[in-house]
Formats: sequence, C-alpha cells, structure tokens
Amino acid sequence: MSSDKIEAGTITLVSGKGDEIEAYHARPVDAESYGSVVVIHHMPGYDSSTKEIARRFAAHGYGAVVPNLFHRYAPGASAGDGAAAARAAGGVPDAQCIEDVSGAMTFLKAQPGANGKVGVIGYCSGGRQTYLVACNLDVDAAVVCYGGGVVATPDQLTPERPVAVIDMTKDLRCPMLGLFGVNDANPSPEHTARMEEELKAHGKTYRFHTYDDAGHAFFWVERPSYNAEASRQGWHEIWDFYGEHLEG
Amino acid sequence: MCTYLTSTEKVAGTGLGARGWFPIERAVVYFDHPQEAPVEHALCIDFRAGGDDPSQRVAVELDARSARTLAESILATLAHDEVVALGVN
Repeated sequence: MSSDKIEAGTITLVSGKGDEIEAYHARPVDAESYGSVVVIHHMPGYDSSTKEIARRFAAHGYGAVVPNLFHRYAPGASAGDGAAAARAAGGVPDAQCIEDVSGAMTFLKAQPGANGKVGVIGYCSGGRQTYLVACNLDVDAAVVCYGGGVVATPDQLTPERPVAVIDMTKDLRCPMLGLFGVNDANPSPEHTARMEEELKAHGKTYRFHTYDDAGHAFFWVERPSYNAEASRQGWHEIWDFYGEHLEG
Repeated sequence: MCTYLTSTEKVAGTGLGARGWFPIERAVVYFDHPQEAPVEHALCIDFRAGGDDPSQRVAVELDARSARTLAESILATLAHDEVVALGVN
C-alpha cells in the first residue's frame, strides 16, 4: 500500500527579488519523485480555503506552495486584513507577483524528492496572475481558474498592472488549462473566446472548459458560488492535465 | 467575477474597532467577493486608520440593495432641514 502521509505548514519563502514573505507548504512525505504546484490565492486573500487546496495537492502526490502575495502589506495579519490592506494600496504589482512565484518555484524544485517540474494554478485574480507568470517564467503547466481581467481595456491598466496579460500570450511558455463558468461576467464567455483566439493565433497548447450553470468561483466550497458538478469535473481535468505534464 | 474596482476617499471621523474607538482617515469602497457575507458579491467598505496596523479598520459587507438604501439614507439625512440648519454640510 502506498503512503498517503502529508506534511503541511507555514514557511518563510525567499522571493525572487531576495526579500522574505510568508507561504504555506504542503508535500507528500514518502513520495520518492513528485511534481509540484504553486497555488496562487484569490483576491479575498491567503486564506484557509486556499491552504486546503494546497493540502489537496499534497494528498494527490504533489508538492504545493501558496505564497502570501499580500504579506508585504500586512505581515502576520488575518487573510481579511491582508486582503483589505493590499486593496487599499492599489493591489499587487504584476512584477512583484512574478518575483514571488519565482521564489516559490525555486523553493519547490529544491525540496527532497521534487522532480523539477512545477505547475502553477490560480483562482479569480490568481487566475489572471497564473496567465501572467506562465508568460514570464519557465512554468511546466498552467491552470487558469476563472481568471478575470486577462482581457483588459487601456482604461483598466494601472501602474501596478501596466500591460494587459492577454498581450503577453506570444510569450506563454507552457501548456494551459482554462476552467470557467458560463455565467461568469469576468471572465465572460466573450473574454474566454478572446483568450482562445489569441492562444490559437500564437500556436499555443491549451484546453478550455466552460461549465454550464456555473459562475465565478465555482471551486470555492465555502461560498454560495460553489458548484459541485463544475468543481468535480474541474478537479478531474486538473489531475489529468498535471498528470500529463508534471509527473515522471 | 472578481473586480479591481476600488475607490478610496479621504474621510474624517472615528470608528469603533475591537480595541475601542480610533480615528479613521480613509474609506476604501469596492464591489467584489466578500469575506463573510453569504452573497457572491457585496459592496464592501473598509474604514481605515492612518497607521500601519492592518487590523485597525471597520469593515462592512452589504448586498447591493442594502448598500443603495444606506447611501440614499445617508444623503437624505444630510439633506434634512434640521441638519441643513446646522450649517455643517
């Protein structure tokens, strides 16, 4: 019988630019060789729901790290206070997000048993950030879960987010899986169609699934937006996708 | 959906937090996923202190209808004859 033992807890992560942030690490204890995933939290913050996702990856045999992208705005604060502080400051700059995910990838690759392959998955604003980092870092597989704001008009650009992520598509370095809800307004089916158009135009490898009766945040089990069927199918897609690109 | 729609207003007043009253300097208003309210989206307001303590805030999450009703109520109250007579607007 194979071991299902996992270990999880808070760590200090060195960002790509050298400073330290809080993060949550979960890993399979007895696995001899395993792939890894950086889990990017949603706009409501570095919360228990996202840490639970990291443990779920570990239970399925992957190493996982959730970097607290809001750490610098409110060190040691609750998820809610951290999210509020980050929003009040204008939100996480894209460049900073890339450095934090870069640090998480370096950490995961250095763990005993890690096979060197690292995927990224993100939810909500983290879905957009997943698209962003997959175009800027050597990620092996990216899963975008209802990432809003990938398609952005010029008036939506800010000093923190100066470039529309969709315009980075030509630099995408890995296969992408996109999971969306048909009733979502951001990203809407029109937005995801626009993403597909761009991915096709640049010859990128991707799979998109848009679930009926689902809206935004259908994976979030503690909220009214949770959709059991979309979530069930979505997790199957994730296991297949990461099994294909991160194992071995 | 998740939104980045956020407006920040300078305000002057006091808020009652877990450790008592404190001066508030900013109100951050946004419409997005709430932390706690059992709705998919909420009109959220953070009344924030000026210092570095991220917990020095008073947060409310209102469904859209409640938020609109509250805004109208605030404006109606400030427009009331008795308030106008005070010359504070």
